[in-house]
Amino acid sequence: MLLATRDELCSGCRTCLVACSLQVYGVVNPKKAALGIAAHFPAPGRYSVITCSQCGTCAEVCPLEAITRRENAYIIDERICNLCGLCISSCPQEAMFTHPDLSTPIKCILCGECVRYCPRQAVYDLHGEVSRK
Amino acid sequence: MTTSMPGYAGRLLYVDLTSRQWETRPLPGDLAREYLGGRGFVARLLWDEVPTGADPLGPENRVVLATGPLTGLFLPCGGKLHLGAKSPATGGYGDANIGGHLAPELKGAGYDGVVIQGRSPQPCLLVIEDDAVRFMDATPWWGQGAIESEARLKAELGEAFQIMTIGPAGENLVKYACISHDFGRQAGRTGVGAVFGSKRLKAVAIRGSKDIPVFDARAAQAEGRRMYEVCFGKPGFEEWTPYGTAGVTDWVNEVGAFPTRNFQTTYFPQHTEINGRKLKERILVTDKGCFGCPIPCGKYSKVKVPRGMAYVEGPEYETIALMGGNCAVATIEEVGYANYIADELGLDTISGGNVVAFAIECYEKGLLTEAQVGRKLAWGCLDSLVFLLEKIARREGIGDLLAEGVKVAAAVIKGGSDKFAIHVKGLEWSGYDARYAPAMMLSYMTADVGAHHNRSWAITYDVAMGRKSLEGKAEKVVELQHIRPLFDVLGLCRFPWVEIGFELENYAAIFPLVTGWNYSWQDLLRVSERIWNLTRAFSAREIDHYGRAFDYPPPRFYEEPVPDGPAQGQLIPKPQLDELLDRYYRIRGWDEGGLPTREKLQELGLQFVVDTLGPKLS
Ligand code: SF4
Ligand code: SF4
Ligand code: SF4
Repeated sequence: MLLATRDELCSGCRTCLVACSLQVYGVVNPKKAALGIAAHFPAPGRYSVITCSQCGTCAEVCPLEAITRRENAYIIDERICNLCGLCISSCPQEAMFTHPDLSTPIKCILCGECVRYCPRQAVYDLHGEVSRK
Repeated sequence: MTTSMPGYAGRLLYVDLTSRQWETRPLPGDLAREYLGGRGFVARLLWDEVPTGADPLGPENRVVLATGPLTGLFLPCGGKLHLGAKSPATGGYGDANIGGHLAPELKGAGYDGVVIQGRSPQPCLLVIEDDAVRFMDATPWWGQGAIESEARLKAELGEAFQIMTIGPAGENLVKYACISHDFGRQAGRTGVGAVFGSKRLKAVAIRGSKDIPVFDARAAQAEGRRMYEVCFGKPGFEEWTPYGTAGVTDWVNEVGAFPTRNFQTTYFPQHTEINGRKLKERILVTDKGCFGCPIPCGKYSKVKVPRGMAYVEGPEYETIALMGGNCAVATIEEVGYANYIADELGLDTISGGNVVAFAIECYEKGLLTEAQVGRKLAWGCLDSLVFLLEKIARREGIGDLLAEGVKVAAAVIKGGSDKFAIHVKGLEWSGYDARYAPAMMLSYMTADVGAHHNRSWAITYDVAMGRKSLEGKAEKVVELQHIRPLFDVLGLCRFPWVEIGFELENYAAIFPLVTGWNYSWQDLLRVSERIWNLTRAFSAREIDHYGRAFDYPPPRFYEEPVPDGPAQGQLIPKPQLDELLDRYYRIRGWDEGGLPTREKLQELGLQFVVDTLGPKLS
């Protein structure tokens, strides 16, 4: 699968963020999500969905080679990562995040949970393998 | 994960704006178990914290903000924040509810609620960022529009903050000033914005990063998934969402309940120009939802009228009813523009639409003159609306009187204008004329905050069960008055249930997984009944001779038959109103004067109310 977005459908509900934090970290906390929602208000009045494209830039720049490709997703090895932050600043999608509780950046592992529960199908699987429930 | 109190952040924040002191206190376990959250916390904390006889606009009044145990979770529509104060509009219990993203943010910052008292020496902002609380000077923002302020504060503090603001109306203590958030969501009713203004509190900005503790996170996740899947499968998921609340406009006209020209009549012939379809075709920019919402009712729009261009969230049904039909404004663009003006000024569009319509009718009847008003007033005239709203928000000229609401204005203007001052308890009437809907009428008469529909939206029951019949109506109202406010207690939006038929059992199913408490749905309803009695008692404590006399609609609704349209000829004569009230009090276990009996209060665990109200009770 590969995440893709239709920003014009997004209603800014952030269901995807909670779904992600719960699936990946087992906690309810939209601040621990591997995707983001940017709101552009009062004008022009739209949202954009920020997702990881699995382009691999993070893996390329990681000085410790803590990020490697496994199947379709680049995954951070938390035993190696020292949270230097280089991947975060290099991500062309600005889709890597941090949280004070966590010792590595937050990065999409392509679990598909956001796709299954985005009510609007604003985030979807480009390959059509995963879809909204 | 288990913590001491799953489902809750576990703390309350107390803020004194006079001294700029703050402290956190552990959330008392019995408060959580007996009142659950949201509206329950608001009701109990106001009872405990507001000194009897406090001036609603004085420093001793409190504003309480509260989340619920289901706020901010992975389940449909847990994005609602409840807030309340002793109401400047009614002098009794007042509350309001707001969606968007405030409530999850507050809970994520580690607070189930905030209790604000005092009055800041200068205009101020309260900034809550996880464990850090600070005060900022708001002088640069004082006088600015509510939405403009939010945009500027986001630019200053950061996009990640969720912000609630007031506009000039709140600053100038207009009795129906609202609180605004997320560029067009409002805590609209009962004058909570004026209470902020009286405390010189321009805004509250919140940012939280903590996990919300859940009793059984995996089981709650599985249940949350199921709940979303149930919503996705409802026909209304696809059919209701495109129009949101505006979608009901045609139906309300067809059943003869649409506020038209200050409730002179109940059918607006041009209603198809201001309905959901017109909104979608002509002005919609994007759908906009609250936290966790699968059925976003927010319709963010862009309107152009000769006066100017504006972005506005809405108009939603209530604004279409009160600023559209009730002021006879007949294009969706004009209603949207009036909505925008009210939003920036920080005025509740429901009360605002009532007040403007009341003023136009007074003008029409010669009770207000062009010299008094400062211009001609006319139905359907956007310029009249904007002129009055601006005068009201700034308390200039006639606006100073109209800022008090229709009850006070009618007492000053006289000439029989009290007959068409459309309110209950001092709170203006929302978007359903109930002359042909006894259960809806009783809902408005007995709603704890005044003439608001959201405690019991019973008009569909009237339509289904017989428009004239009184049979079963009081029972239905009581039932709904326990169910609907429960959403405000739990921290939820009720639209999945109301609009797409999402079953109530779903909430009962997830509650124990979140909290670890084995409450049945009946147990939850019991809490809701406890709260209902407590808010009634709060108003009885604060208002002399409170009771039955406060539960009547304006004479227009029992003396003037609807002149035309589908409800032509209808009204509910006074003896029938009394019959409804008698039945209603009996079912509730209240006396004929409309106060809870000692037995009822004791049965609900409200002995402290009995102790306080003592001689007032039978
Ligand atoms: S696919 Fe999974 S990890 Fe990636 S953003 Fe969506 S929910 Fe998060
Ligand atoms: S769940 Fe979908 S609609 Fe909601 S914020 Fe995420 S991408 Fe947007
Ligand atoms: S239905 Fe409307 S008010 Fe309710 S949560 Fe969704 S967007 Fe918010």
